[in-house]
Amino acid sequence: MLLIACPYCGERPETEFRYAGEAHIARPHDPSALNDDEWVDFLYQRANPKGLHVERWRHIHGCARFFNAVRDTVSDRIFKTYEAGEPRPDVNAVAADVLAKESER
Amino acid sequence: MSRFRLPKGGRIDRARPISFRFDGKSYGGFVGDTLASALIANGVHLVGRSFKYHRPRGIMTAGADEMNALVGVGADQTRYTPNMRATLVELYHGLVAESQNRWPSLGFDVGAVNDFLSPFFPAGFYYKTFMWPKPAWKQLYEPVIRAAAGLGKAPTASDADRYMQCYAHCDVLVVGAGPAGLAAALAAAETGARVILCDEQREFGGSLLASDTDTAIDGLSAIEWVAKAVEALARHENVTLLTRTTAFGYYPHNFLGLIERVTDHVAQPDPALPRERLWQVRAKEVVLATGALERPLVFPENDRPGVMLADAARTYAARYAARPGTRAVIATAHDEAYRAALTLKQAGVQIAAIADMRPQAEGEWPAAARAAGIEVMTGTAITGTRGRMRVSGATLARIKGDGTAEKGEQFACDLVLMSGGFTPSVHLFSQSKGKLIYDEGLKAFVPGASPERNRSAGACAGETGLHATLESGYAAGEGAVRAAGFGGGLSGRSLTVTEKISAGGGFAGAVPHGRNPSFVKAFVDFQNDSTSKDIKLATREGFLSVEHVKRYTTTGMATDQGKTSNMNMLGILSDTLGKPIPEIGITTFRPPYTPVTFGAFAGMSRGELFDPARRTAIHDWAAEQGAAFEDVSLWKRAHYFPQAGEDMHAAVNRECKAVRESVGVFDASTLGKIEVVGPDAAEFMNRMYINAWTKLEPGRCRYGVMCREDGFVMDDGVVGRIAADRFHVTTTTGGAPAVLNMMEDYLQTEWPDLNVWLTSTTEQWAVIAVQGPNARKVLEPLVGDIDLSAAAMPHMSVREGHICGVQTRLFRVSFTGELGFEVNVPADYGRAVWEAIWASARRFDAVAYGTETMHVLRAEKGFIIVGQETDGTATPDDVGLTWAIGKLKKDFVGKRSLARAQMSNPQRKQLVGLLSLDNRSVLEEGAQIVANPNEPVPMAMIGHVTSSYWSSVLGHPIALAMVKGGRVRLGDTLHVPMPGKTLQVKVVEPVFFDKEGARLND
Amino acid sequence: MTEFLGTELSGTEFSGANLANARTGALDRFAGAASALVVTPGDPATRFIFRGGKAAQAAMGDAFGIALPVQSCRAATGQSRAALWLGPDEWLLTGEDGQAETLFAALESALAGVPHSLVDISHRNISILLSGPKAAAALNTACPLDLALESFPVGMCTRTVFGKAEVLIWRTGDTLFHLETWRSFGPYIWGLLSLAQREYGAL
Repeated sequence: MLLIACPYCGERPETEFRYAGEAHIARPHDPSALNDDEWVDFLYQRANPKGLHVERWRHIHGCARFFNAVRDTVSDRIFKTYEAGEPRPDVNAVAADVLAKESER
Repeated sequence: MSRFRLPKGGRIDRARPISFRFDGKSYGGFVGDTLASALIANGVHLVGRSFKYHRPRGIMTAGADEMNALVGVGADQTRYTPNMRATLVELYHGLVAESQNRWPSLGFDVGAVNDFLSPFFPAGFYYKTFMWPKPAWKQLYEPVIRAAAGLGKAPTASDADRYMQCYAHCDVLVVGAGPAGLAAALAAAETGARVILCDEQREFGGSLLASDTDTAIDGLSAIEWVAKAVEALARHENVTLLTRTTAFGYYPHNFLGLIERVTDHVAQPDPALPRERLWQVRAKEVVLATGALERPLVFPENDRPGVMLADAARTYAARYAARPGTRAVIATAHDEAYRAALTLKQAGVQIAAIADMRPQAEGEWPAAARAAGIEVMTGTAITGTRGRMRVSGATLARIKGDGTAEKGEQFACDLVLMSGGFTPSVHLFSQSKGKLIYDEGLKAFVPGASPERNRSAGACAGETGLHATLESGYAAGEGAVRAAGFGGGLSGRSLTVTEKISAGGGFAGAVPHGRNPSFVKAFVDFQNDSTSKDIKLATREGFLSVEHVKRYTTTGMATDQGKTSNMNMLGILSDTLGKPIPEIGITTFRPPYTPVTFGAFAGMSRGELFDPARRTAIHDWAAEQGAAFEDVSLWKRAHYFPQAGEDMHAAVNRECKAVRESVGVFDASTLGKIEVVGPDAAEFMNRMYINAWTKLEPGRCRYGVMCREDGFVMDDGVVGRIAADRFHVTTTTGGAPAVLNMMEDYLQTEWPDLNVWLTSTTEQWAVIAVQGPNARKVLEPLVGDIDLSAAAMPHMSVREGHICGVQTRLFRVSFTGELGFEVNVPADYGRAVWEAIWASARRFDAVAYGTETMHVLRAEKGFIIVGQETDGTATPDDVGLTWAIGKLKKDFVGKRSLARAQMSNPQRKQLVGLLSLDNRSVLEEGAQIVANPNEPVPMAMIGHVTSSYWSSVLGHPIALAMVKGGRVRLGDTLHVPMPGKTLQVKVVEPVFFDKEGARLND
Repeated sequence: MTEFLGTELSGTEFSGANLANARTGALDRFAGAASALVVTPGDPATRFIFRGGKAAQAAMGDAFGIALPVQSCRAATGQSRAALWLGPDEWLLTGEDGQAETLFAALESALAGVPHSLVDISHRNISILLSGPKAAAALNTACPLDLALESFPVGMCTRTVFGKAEVLIWRTGDTLFHLETWRSFGPYIWGLLSLAQREYGAL
């Protein structure tokens, strides 16, 4: 059971959360302006990387907020969580920063 | 007393004798014994039959690694547990145990014929032998194999015990309370940190409980040191000490599963206590002090009763005062066996000889053994044993320069001890996704780096010797507690240890024997009966990866998960493939470390508490009326209300007629409800639903349909506008959480600028539907401040007011096609208001009706149910709801997807009605529909039946179906093939009753 | 001599102790046992979910009489009323039973013109009260949160899970907890707590 740092409530057990897919895929402002291929990309195309992934979680049995997390899909390490609406961080820099601080200790 | 019980010493309480039964025979033991130690003290070694060959097997270890001595424990089926390790079963007065996998008895087992047929059971024999005929697998092979090969029998009765679970948090969790674990816990506890220390044994101490009499720590005997350490730990308020508790699983983010056996060791347990408790521990830091397991040697006939691991035999003598035999032959590749020889000699066991595979043995222990007059033969291997129910002799042979063995010499004995060295118990470390590093000196893998916050100490980290083990324990405890954020409080300490050092080394692989390999069995995995020959055969057949060999030969796949077999398998593979062990790699360890009962995992989730059973405020009234209930998501809903002698069909026919002719009352409380409030509420509704909401006036309702972004119908329900900025949204019973989740998702992440907020009100309101021509007359006397007349309150309107003095939101809506109202009252008033309505309704021969009647009535009107007519691939148009789409809206969730060409393909499945041409056959829901029943199988299926009922009002069956291009097939005859017959149906409009809707607007 | 009833040995001197409060009642041991864990249904109450932005928070604080807590997972209490932080724009407001219609109208009129949402959920929720030294342990049979005082102090409140149900846990004292859950989940939670009480209540 993962331990996830909700940006509002702090570290909480995974059972309080619900996964919500890849982050930073914004709904187009005017969907009718997209052709079918573009729309299908928006609807269905996802990165599914092995390694660092930016994904959405909802603290559904807590403050009920959606937020974003940078997680390593191999080790399950979560390097950063942040509020929905904040820009996508440089994931490699985020992970490197955390690991560097850890090795200092 | 048995001659196998030593007169003094050990951790047994001679003042508390115990009697127990094994295979129907009564034996004696003492508090402090395990079942295994008590059997050994009674001279019993034969305790089981092997998995595949049914070979007689004895107790081989003294701990969690036991592979042979699996027994069923429990006097009756309600408390019977199969496959218990006799080495971990604590003795209590009246314990009843039995051996497994034998028939008719342990001494005479018919299945043993498999041993002589063994040439027919090579590795992978399942896959090779039982290929054909195909049906025989299910009817013949599988049942026979399952009966013949196997472990214990699952109990047939429901488990009478209770199991509890708990979550716990700590700064440092120490797993294992041997010397390293105790030292780690002591170091961590002194800072005031929250520490949990757990150990699978009945008392803390680990290997120290079987210490030599001359071992000393800081001037104390090992036992005294343990007692002092435990006393010191118990004084700390923040320390939790858990004996009889196995850490079985290591999950992400330092989450560990522990199983505490609370009352298994007690003859008359306190009824307040559970049998077992599952601890789910979140630890900031973890110290693994899980020790090491001795490796067997793989030599021919190494599985006879009386063959044991050397350190296990020593443990039985030193800790349990049980003498495992009278005359022992010892085969080793490690110094530890010499220590065992000395302990056993002191216990009165004659040592025939020690055969050491190593060319030299010059350490402290070998020297002490020689000094005690024990014959030591270096460069010597054990090449076979004799005996059937008990070993009676062993063959020892010189190892030649080329590594093969000479012809050997026979030694009579009733005990053969073996030691191939020690394998660190890295199971939990490996489960933490930690990397393992091969240590050539130990011939074993030791912990490397882990992504989790843990450290290993003592023997599981590859340490040897008590001093080094204690030092690494203290260091790990200090390191862990500092990493958890605690400083100071760590007092200086001295550590002096008197001990003899066991030199490392050991052996992994198959011992050379110089005998005809066709006629010998040298076991690698005792529990799954796989031999060195099987592993070599697998490599010859092309299985080169360790993962493939493991699965093909099943080596390491038994309930002991290869605790004693993995390294020997790797050694044999290394020899056979000519590759060093690190290049072969190791298989991944998975939870659980030792088997955990299903009861512990289920915990409190049994019976009534398996799932929350959600009941409405009106539930008890319905139950009192004799209603039958059905599960709808977690809700219990009244399905129908049978009167005396009625089955479901009779009850539903009566209920339907009554609603159409007079009036019925229905509990609709489970409908999902969401209050959408804020200045932008209408705009939000416009975006979420396909309908247009801007012009809906307060006090009016509209049937809303919601799509997902992919354009398929997700949910539906009536929405009432309570005020300009307030909507009362209803959803399907099962869809409520998903709808609220999707609404919050869009609101929080796509449209955070909208001033609108959502609140679930599903359980705020009890909902009483009153439906039928007399519905208004039922309610009128109860409602004072709302004008119910058709003029004042038309179909699809909502009013706030009071009913019987209780606040209400009163909807005029209908899911039956009749004049209808839905009375919403605060839930605690639900039953009282229901009873008032019921009393009024009875004046009109009313019925209370359930979900089945509701389904029939709505199907007569062609109203869809999301999830019944739709299956996640139906568009609004597919189910005839194009009229609901707000055509002028620029955008809504799903709109862009609906604009794709495929979404308006005329050949999509469309909602139609079906009438059976014979006027009496009720179709089966889910039945497939074909156009031409004479087509060869498989016929082209053009649709399926989604809803089907007998309509008592119409006097014939009705059905709804999704049929390809259905709307242009109106009037066509289609076919529904069923077993033994094919039914003919006519395609019709999906509305069967009151097509004009006159009754609704009455 | 040292076993003489009620006397204390002080050096070699005896001195008579005051035993005025030293009664041992026949049922004392049961009274002691019952206090390890007591579970009781909470009284009916008036409850609203209030949601809104910063301006609405301030206005509601004034109207309700308790400043709405802005720190995550904290409750603020006043005389017979409480405001519990549930999320960054969501609070549970509680008051005495029977005020729902009047209080709702009063709060709505005080916040007229300020975007917000106020919804009556007096009957949606029910409450269960736990007390006693084993209250936290009883909750931890099915709740995965760390309920140690330093991690979950008095005044903290949060939604979380209890077995397969969602609950709101509010710590109102060192050994006092207030649980809220949706109506239909009440019997399930009560059933789980009864199992815990079977073990802990008897201690």
